[in-house]
Amino acid sequence: MGMPAFPEAAEEALGKTQQRHNLHHATHTIRAKRAGVVGELDDWQALRTAGADAKDEALAHLADYLEQLEENLTANGATVHWARDAEEANRIVTALVKAKETDEVVKVKSMTTQEIELNEALREAGIDAWETDLAELIVQLGGDLPSHILVPAIHRNRSEIREIFLREMGQVGRAAPEDLTDDPARLAEAARLHLREKFLRAKVGISGANFAIADTGSLVVVESEGNGRMCLTLPETLISVVGIEKVLPSWDDLAPMLQLLPRSSTGERMNPYTSTWTGTHDGDGPQEVHVVLLDNGRTHVLGDSIGRQALRCIRCSACLNVCPVYERTGGHAYGSVYPGPIGAVLNPQLRGTASEVDKSLPYASTLCGACYEVCPVKINIPELLVKLRGAVADQERPSAESAAMAAAGWVLSDPRRLGAAQKAANSVGRLLGDRTIRTVPGMGAWTSARDVPTPPTESFRQWWARERGTQ
Amino acid sequence: MSTAAETTATPAPRAAGPKVALFATCFNDTMWPETLKATVRLLERLGCEVEFPMEQTCCGQMQTNTGYGKDAAPLVRRFVDVFDGYDAVVAPSGSCVGSVREQHATIAREVGDDALLDRVEETAPRTYELSEFLVDMLGVTDVGAYFPHRVTYHPTCHSLRMLHVGDKPLSLLRAVKGIDLVELPGAEECCGFGGTFAMKNADVSIAMGADKARQITSTDAEVVVMSDNSCLAHVGGLLSRHRSGVRRLHLAEILASTEEEQL
Repeated sequence: MGMPAFPEAAEEALGKTQQRHNLHHATHTIRAKRAGVVGELDDWQALRTAGADAKDEALAHLADYLEQLEENLTANGATVHWARDAEEANRIVTALVKAKETDEVVKVKSMTTQEIELNEALREAGIDAWETDLAELIVQLGGDLPSHILVPAIHRNRSEIREIFLREMGQVGRAAPEDLTDDPARLAEAARLHLREKFLRAKVGISGANFAIADTGSLVVVESEGNGRMCLTLPETLISVVGIEKVLPSWDDLAPMLQLLPRSSTGERMNPYTSTWTGTHDGDGPQEVHVVLLDNGRTHVLGDSIGRQALRCIRCSACLNVCPVYERTGGHAYGSVYPGPIGAVLNPQLRGTASEVDKSLPYASTLCGACYEVCPVKINIPELLVKLRGAVADQERPSAESAAMAAAGWVLSDPRRLGAAQKAANSVGRLLGDRTIRTVPGMGAWTSARDVPTPPTESFRQWWARERGTQ
Repeated sequence: MSTAAETTATPAPRAAGPKVALFATCFNDTMWPETLKATVRLLERLGCEVEFPMEQTCCGQMQTNTGYGKDAAPLVRRFVDVFDGYDAVVAPSGSCVGSVREQHATIAREVGDDALLDRVEETAPRTYELSEFLVDMLGVTDVGAYFPHRVTYHPTCHSLRMLHVGDKPLSLLRAVKGIDLVELPGAEECCGFGGTFAMKNADVSIAMGADKARQITSTDAEVVVMSDNSCLAHVGGLLSRHRSGVRRLHLAEILASTEEEQL
């Protein structure tokens, strides 16, 4: 709410030269890495199909698989909670933390908890939620917003991170060493020491899940740093907030996902850490496990036969890394924790298209198709964008644009009208001769940086009629 | 390249080539007649019988991609009416052919017109982008062209990712006599045109186009070539504003150029 629409936010982002440089470098590096490891596999397209099919099967019978998941989780000693929306999920989690009589929790990086703004809700209840993923830590300490699904601090470079660590770490825990440099190993070490005392102290850990396996009642988190595994194993209580679309029918369905996800996201062949947990186990890991299954608009998306495919998303962020629009604007311009192409189709579906930003997101794409090409679960993002543009256009009718489209449609639906419009262009062409057109009234956005092609003195249609006759 | 092609610039016209309907596309018809004349010249040189059905107008891509798909339905109806019964419909535009092949069926479904959908499914697969038609249908890569200049090629997104033309345009260009074809860095990245995107998100569009223009000038090419005049108008407009001196040409114009009739 209150976020500027995409074109304005993008204009501001384009002015940040350091950020643009960081983004260009990071997206191109990860893009090349992904292409390399995907290229190694002969069966990549078959894997994509397997991934898409597994998600589609789960979505087609979502209620059944969720019930199966709940049953197996409960049988294994976990407590399952259902949350219709963000407010309900936050209330459930806050009450669970308060019951443990603690004022802090450690967190595994989780998009779902960011979507519902859990940290803010906990803060209001007097509870500090510490992000333990290195990039999330940078964002949190910097008082910043994440700008990428996988690499939330992608817009920051090393020297900016060093400054944030030096300035902020001491305010909330173990301070960074005074001689900290911007060497990645030194920065990681400072974060490790800062986080270690939080891991050892926290009584409650909060996570999301990359996948939830219905037939075994298992939750899965994949990560690169091992911070997640610390949160999943050290605290006495674990609360996992899981979007209902994360369910997979069976353990077998996890196999393609564990190949698709790391290659698409970090350009690695497998994740350094893959953690799975199934309820509770005496004397091993958290002794109290709660799973909050979250809807928050998902069943609404499920009801749309074309829009539904967006729920296949496994949050790999390949579409962000390859998107030329994201590359230049960064994630903040999208006004959501889900930026880039997937954000442009997911947010307007989850939140509706009432706000200025959600209304503008379906247009934040050239429809170049690069996102669809890399999507490991074959979400046809361009098709979804076009469909959502239709929804926005219908909602805005009557508008100047709909009138212009109707007028253009009227001209273009009849060859004689098109011919008449061409003659008008031809007379402009004759008037201008070889001169370059630099400004045209009403075409400000175009002519601000681009010369306009001079219309020809004769359309092709006229030439053909003159040279070859009309039939 | 065969010896015959080296000695005779123009291959012998086929005796009875396929009957081809030229789909001019409204934008090319109005703004870029030279591209269409070149397309006709090229196809006829290769033995095709080219017709231009005068009743044709537009594929409806602008409406569809801006969210007015239902408003494009009359244009889809007109398209199938006009182009019914031809062996092949050919257009020198990846994005317009993409619209016909990938979106006309969606529009027919959206308006719930099953009869229209049947006709779309009959016409759409016979509609080809120029390079596809030359390579896949006519089976030629050396079209007998001559163009002794340094050229770089940008594969437009809809040709690349909607139609999957692959390296067909490049193989046609490589066979052009005298050409110095240089690789464009970041070739597969979008130029930022995107139809109404260029107006609705002008700043991002210009930033993308400026990067594309910079990469084009980095090749020291005299000419940038694409198979979509819309993308060319955008990038060409930027190159022109910066007085880069790089010429913009459509693929059809280079392929139509011969030793006898040089562009």
